[in-house]
Amino acid sequence: MLRDTLTVLVIDENRIRASIIEAGLREAGHDRVILVHDVNGIARKIEDLQPDVIVIDLENPNRDMLEHLFQLTRTLGRPIAMFVDRADASSIQSAIEAGVSAYIVDGLKKERVKHILDVAVSRFNAFSKLQRELADAKSALEERKVVERAKGILMKMRNIPEEEAFALLRQTAMNEKKKLADIAQSIVTAANLLM
Amino acid sequence: MTTGISDRKKMAAPASMRSAGSRIVRAGFIPLVDASVLIAASEFGFAKREGITLDLAKDTSWANVRDRLAFRMFDVAHMLSPMPVASMLGLGSNPSPTIAPFALNRGGNAITVSTRLYQRMQETGGLSGDDGALANAHALAGVIAEMKAKGEPLPRFGVTYPFSSHNYEFRYWLAAGGIDPDTDTRLVVVPPPMTSDALAAGAIDGFCVGAPWNMVASERGVGRIVAAKQDLWPSAPEKVVGMRPDWAESNPETVSRLIVALDAAASWCDRPENRDALSEVLADQRYVGAPVDIIRRVLTGEFTIDPQGHQRIIEDYFVFHAEQANYPKPSQALWIYSQMVRWGQIAPSKAAEKLAASAYRPDLYRTALGFKDAVDDFGAEGVAENDRFIDGFAFDPASIETYVERFPVRSRAASSASDET
Repeated sequence: MLRDTLTVLVIDENRIRASIIEAGLREAGHDRVILVHDVNGIARKIEDLQPDVIVIDLENPNRDMLEHLFQLTRTLGRPIAMFVDRADASSIQSAIEAGVSAYIVDGLKKERVKHILDVAVSRFNAFSKLQRELADAKSALEERKVVERAKGILMKMRNIPEEEAFALLRQTAMNEKKKLADIAQSIVTAANLLM
Repeated sequence: MTTGISDRKKMAAPASMRSAGSRIVRAGFIPLVDASVLIAASEFGFAKREGITLDLAKDTSWANVRDRLAFRMFDVAHMLSPMPVASMLGLGSNPSPTIAPFALNRGGNAITVSTRLYQRMQETGGLSGDDGALANAHALAGVIAEMKAKGEPLPRFGVTYPFSSHNYEFRYWLAAGGIDPDTDTRLVVVPPPMTSDALAAGAIDGFCVGAPWNMVASERGVGRIVAAKQDLWPSAPEKVVGMRPDWAESNPETVSRLIVALDAAASWCDRPENRDALSEVLADQRYVGAPVDIIRRVLTGEFTIDPQGHQRIIEDYFVFHAEQANYPKPSQALWIYSQMVRWGQIAPSKAAEKLAASAYRPDLYRTALGFKDAVDDFGAEGVAENDRFIDGFAFDPASIETYVERFPVRSRAASSASDET
């Protein structure tokens, strides 16, 4: 059972996140990392690769499929689901919040697995942050577009300059205690209906 | 809408119990119609009346539900009836003690095969289209024999989880028809919402899951329903409320209040006049997220069983409360255990029997509701005229090993009994 490097299998349908995890694990010195995006034929792959640790995201409904597989395959020993160490409540919390679960094969040293899981957790979090930032940037861009269109509509309909149109939007938002983008959106919607 | 609580005296809960403020109970669930009682308790005020705020969290897999309960992220959870039994027996990849003081429903499951496979069953077995579940199983046995003779790949069937009612029910049905699930078929796990897609794509040839997914497949024209849970064993429990024994011990009041709330919600769910309101709520994306029309028909058991529009009305397809459906009967936990033994998931022993029976806790149910009716907790199952198993075998919890050995089809690994543990 004692091998120098552990084989880590990462099951994640999200390719970008999987590569981020892989990069993290490699940086941390684990070079036997295999990524799987599609769970079709996973039983065969697990048998061939004999991974020591399997990392899977918690939102993956195929987790139940893995559980079934572990019941059937004796080759893997008895993999157990873990979030690091049962007694280590804060690690469990952070793993679940990040959305990571891992299965380890009996007989492994806890510290080594903990290290792998810590890397996975931090990479999962990094990915979520990235996604959040991307979503924020996207919606900021969308908002700006809507405001521009609303401004254009006001300029045309009221025959006022751009600055005045913008001031009107902002004043209305303040008066109604709403976001500028929401006011702009209702102008665009109304204009679409009326014109 | 009628809430129907006023006519029910809750004698069980003394006044002092409802004095404290609201307590939050975090409850995990999987988007299925049989989460109805938990959802209704939260949506229609039953939990609130008992001073409980149910914080419902939708999850994606049974393994997640099990782990989140074990790691204290949920207080209680919607669980498959075999899950607490498996947990008590230390089976599965993260077993942690779990008890069930309340059963959520009976029924709701069905077995569906692809229209292609059903056509073949008709040709080989001479099925008319209105045949019983056992006749369908025999017809499938004929098709499998033919497949083997021709060297065709064996059919692949989907279940939901290794310790699921679906797994044991599918196996029971197959075996009743003379089919060995381990050597004559390939059982795989498919997440319920993906079953009809998997069937359409030919990735599987059939499946056993809960509502509404069987109806969804038949409505889409890709599947044919060949057996309902009721055909296999009418009073089989389906889902239960699971919790950690240590949580139950340190929160006895909350447990009692929760059971009272669930009992009232279950009774409400059973009333036909409430089914429309229930369907509307279940259809919401926060819960099951399936068409309201399908959910309404699933609740009443009005089935379109095939793409040609054959109808079948299954009486009591869902039972949430009637006939003591909520009573967590240890004999039923033991029946689940007997199937675990039958299929080689565990070696039989007296110690294991004890652990299995301890998963279901009628004592907590009785205390909470002041329930005094006599129930034979360890009585035989499948004896009453209207409660037979599909193969006619009766289950006697007093002699489980004999019971298992009587099955002509069972796992070979299961036969070696050890009484050491």
